[in-house]
Amino acid sequence: MLFLTILSIVLVLIMGIGLYMKSSPIITANSLCKLLSGTSWSPIRGQFGFFPFIIGTIWVTGLAIIFALPISFFTASYLTEYAKPFIKRFVFPTLDILAAIPSVVYGVWGTLVIVPLISKKIAPFFTSFSAGYTVLAGGIVLAIMILPLLISLLLEIFSSVSADLRETSLSLGATKWQTAKYVVCRKTMPGIVASVVLSISRALGETIAVLMVCGNRVIIPHSVLDSCYPLPALIANNYGEMLSMPLYEAALMFAALILFIVVLLFNLASRMIIYKLEKENQ
Amino acid sequence: MKNYLFESFKNMFPCDSELANCRYFSPDKKFMKDGYSGIEVQNLNVYIRDNQILKNIDLSIPDKKITCIIGPSGCGKSTLLRTFNRLTDDVEGVKRSGKILINGENILDDNYDITELRRIIGLVSQRPCPLPMSISDNIAYGCKIHGIKNKKQLSAIVEFYLKAVGLWDEVHDRLMSPATKLSIGQQQRLCLARSLAVEPQFILADEATSSLDPASSRNIESLFVKLKNEYSIILVTHILQQAIRIADYVIFMYLGEIIEAGEKEEIFCNPKNKLTKEYISGSFS
Amino acid sequence: MKMKLKKTKNYEEIIIKLIMYASTITVFLALACIIYTITAQGLKALSWGMISKLPSGGFYIGKEGGILNAIVGSVYIVGASTIIGLIISIPIVFYLNIYLRKNSKLAYASRLSFDVLFGIPSIVYGAFGFILMVFLGIRASLLGGIITITLLIIPIFVRSIDEIAREFPHDIIDASYSLGATKFETMKVVIRQLSPGIATATLLSVGRAIGDAAAVMFTAGYTDQIPYSLAQPAATLPLAVFFQLSSPIEEVRARAYAAALILTLIVLIFSLSGRLIMNNFSNNKLK
Repeated sequence: MLFLTILSIVLVLIMGIGLYMKSSPIITANSLCKLLSGTSWSPIRGQFGFFPFIIGTIWVTGLAIIFALPISFFTASYLTEYAKPFIKRFVFPTLDILAAIPSVVYGVWGTLVIVPLISKKIAPFFTSFSAGYTVLAGGIVLAIMILPLLISLLLEIFSSVSADLRETSLSLGATKWQTAKYVVCRKTMPGIVASVVLSISRALGETIAVLMVCGNRVIIPHSVLDSCYPLPALIANNYGEMLSMPLYEAALMFAALILFIVVLLFNLASRMIIYKLEKENQ
Repeated sequence: MKNYLFESFKNMFPCDSELANCRYFSPDKKFMKDGYSGIEVQNLNVYIRDNQILKNIDLSIPDKKITCIIGPSGCGKSTLLRTFNRLTDDVEGVKRSGKILINGENILDDNYDITELRRIIGLVSQRPCPLPMSISDNIAYGCKIHGIKNKKQLSAIVEFYLKAVGLWDEVHDRLMSPATKLSIGQQQRLCLARSLAVEPQFILADEATSSLDPASSRNIESLFVKLKNEYSIILVTHILQQAIRIADYVIFMYLGEIIEAGEKEEIFCNPKNKLTKEYISGSFS
Repeated sequence: MKMKLKKTKNYEEIIIKLIMYASTITVFLALACIIYTITAQGLKALSWGMISKLPSGGFYIGKEGGILNAIVGSVYIVGASTIIGLIISIPIVFYLNIYLRKNSKLAYASRLSFDVLFGIPSIVYGAFGFILMVFLGIRASLLGGIITITLLIIPIFVRSIDEIAREFPHDIIDASYSLGATKFETMKVVIRQLSPGIATATLLSVGRAIGDAAAVMFTAGYTDQIPYSLAQPAATLPLAVFFQLSSPIEEVRARAYAAALILTLIVLIFSLSGRLIMNNFSNNKLK
């Protein structure tokens, strides 16, 4: 049993080391800098510039957070400050269901609903033609996917503010929104930041749903109506051809390694913020 | 409009700030008129989830005096106080009937502006609750949410009221430090200054000295005595000695009903009701 | 000044309240839209034949047949992974909570590692699973899928069961030991006490594992057939959706929609019953 418990720590290390070892061919062939900032991707010619994929990931994840954060914040505020208890009874199951729906199903929905929406209704305002497979589609689908997580985290944080504090603010004549804005927000700011960081790390790794709607073209997106090619999509789309070209496998493993490290860092960062928060409260 | 109220207040607590001469919140029109300027409660009944907490409360709380509400725990004192500033509105399953008249208006009416009500009624609770901000932001908070934005005015207000509660000398050099770092006695004074900063008419104190050490308690009590010239103070306490020390008017409550109410001397020296006699003599608490 | 103040406060209040209503409604709308779309498309394609037949003529272009390959493949992989996962996770939780003291550094490091593992995206599990398979000389097969999903599912188990086990009163364990029970027998007592929690964790984990596509993509392969040995590739429901969705042929797409609907139904049933048990359990908890 001791062995099994240590297994977890060992597993994390093995994962990291394994991914690193498998990607070492490509790291030794090109410098790290060139890999991360290079913009041309042509495995046949041995050119592996990951920049378009990194930027694609940042675009989609960034857009998802921009959509999801206000919705989550205001929904969580509404539920803690204003809503009558019976509304919560509807919201919690809704969040549970949204959280449980598999990634592929979100992808199907995105393909059937969001992509045509963008193609027919939104894009005509801005550009001549768009098939709909865009950063915007990925952002919207991803935003809905992280909503349950972000809302439940924010709800937990807002509910942990003591009733005394709220009452104090209210008895000075503040409205509920002023209380939420000036008192609750201030008190929970570290928690809010930690929640956002955690949600970003979840969003970074979402593969299938984004892959199905984002276009998968190796370009650097210049607007939300361009296609993009996030890192997870790169790995998932090309694993079949991995073994056919030299260094291709190492390149994809390198992409997986980047994801592993970034998610790890974000995870640890959010823990550190929460740890600091708990220390302050004591 | 230079207000006579502030003139006399200034004389009690001398301060240098010129801007404190102006009153920032225009007083209620009816405040100056004849007619009852205290709180009048008519036939108030409060139910929480079908338990009757307050039964047929009829009271007149005198203006500019210290009124002490005494009684054993669980008799509804806190609920009465919190009905005055309508904090009980948010409790689940609450039902009310009756009227509470302040300045002639029924504050329990649905159309009455709650935020204005809570400005004219300040609440100091048992455990001091500093907001998660700096000392000066705490005091300025009330003014900010009621619309005062001028930084100069705000800092004048902060200085004025810190001096009024006797905190200025202790904290003037660290106004920007978090209020949670103060001692508990200082925090309670801060909470009092915070409530005063919005220029209330009434101050409610729900066992305001229970969490404090004796020195800080005396401090707060003497502040209340000073303040009663300008504000009507309603204290809830379970410490009879405190009521004897500082009250002008005493109300005895038991199990949600007013048993007896009157001047301090009458209640403590000549209680008319048997329950009151027993409570004062310490037969139960 | 009083009147003006009231008005500006009112405008801000009204706007904020509108935004709040809009946000909450968006959440409901999103769910409604998703459920409606999947159900509408899926019901059209669903039939008894769909769930009882294999795709004929190749899953990508064959017009006939159903998705039985994916249903059975998913059941095999997730079933095996769940059993193995439980066998591994329960002793770990037991060890973490009963043997190790509460503040031990090993417990902290172990829990931290499990939290990290919980947060790692499934595509990374897929890549790692692939590395393992190459290392062990296995090809994309049922076995590969089982290994990867087991690795994916263990942190989920450990986290869920650990959460419940942490609140477990130690008196029962002391009582058991003082009656002369062995460690193994005590463990059985603990398991019986925790069984609602374990059931919940199982249901939730299964819900998560069965819907995961990225982890099985590299490791389980895909096929039209039902695997009859561990070395054969296995189809899974998520991949059935993914691979067949973009086919130019209507019937193939219909199979994808049906698979999506079935997958959603299975996941919802598992996850919601998991939550139901959790709610009931916490009402009857031993305190």
